[in-house]
Amino acid sequence: MAVNNPCQALLRKIQQVEFVTLELNLYLNTHPEDQKALEQYNCMHRELCELKKQYEQQYGPLLNYGWGMNTGNSWRWAEQPWPWEM
Amino acid sequence: MWIYEKKLQYPVNVSGKNVQLAKWIITQYGGPDGELAASLRYLNQRYAMPTERAKAVLNDIGTEELAHLEIVGTLVYKLTKDASVAELKAAGLGGHYADHDRALFYVDAVGNPWTAAYIQAKGDPIADLTENMAAEQKARATYNWLINLSDDPQVTDVLRFLREREVVHFQRFGETLNYMQEYLNEKKYY
Repeated sequence: MAVNNPCQALLRKIQQVEFVTLELNLYLNTHPEDQKALEQYNCMHRELCELKKQYEQQYGPLLNYGWGMNTGNSWRWAEQPWPWEM
Repeated sequence: MWIYEKKLQYPVNVSGKNVQLAKWIITQYGGPDGELAASLRYLNQRYAMPTERAKAVLNDIGTEELAHLEIVGTLVYKLTKDASVAELKAAGLGGHYADHDRALFYVDAVGNPWTAAYIQAKGDPIADLTENMAAEQKARATYNWLINLSDDPQVTDVLRFLREREVVHFQRFGETLNYMQEYLNEKKYY
């Protein structure tokens, strides 16, 4: 699907990587000894953290309650558009 | 506790206003086989589960259902936000407008409000896991019927994603049920 700006493109990448980690999470709940899946989970976790950090530095917090970082001189959480408005 | 992530699990785009389609899709927001029912059913059943695996499966699928609730809410919001009163009326949403204006509400496709009577927690892990497998199939079938009704390819894309998730959850609940049966059988011998 076409994306029209770099913010959306990075968000799309985060959605893709996070989907993989979610799928692995559900799979590992019922296959807790699968070594290959465990390895993939940790690898994708690292990539997801990196992407989220990059997003939050450039476009504002993705997470609240201290899980996301605020940059600049104002509280950005409530400034960015909400998901249903994007 | 839960942490909110300011993004959707899957991108939602619509081709334009489509009040009729929104009226049908809202059943997956507040209908009998919708995402609110799914989420509340699973998160509530966690407490009575005897194995760590089953608690994790219910916790995590219940959480993903909340993300799906937001996706369905976004679809309805985007499909109705610019609708005129005449358009709402023409699509059979005159009653909804009278009670809620354009606000979303937890109702099914014909306007019945959500009720906890849609869900159950039996305290028996086999009964509860079997109910959840049936719930996933009913949700999958509902998405199928919504896909048949959809005349917006961008909406259909989102509905297909949600339908696929029901299939994956059914699979995980089935594995959890098998493991639970083994666990309960083993317990009898000790």
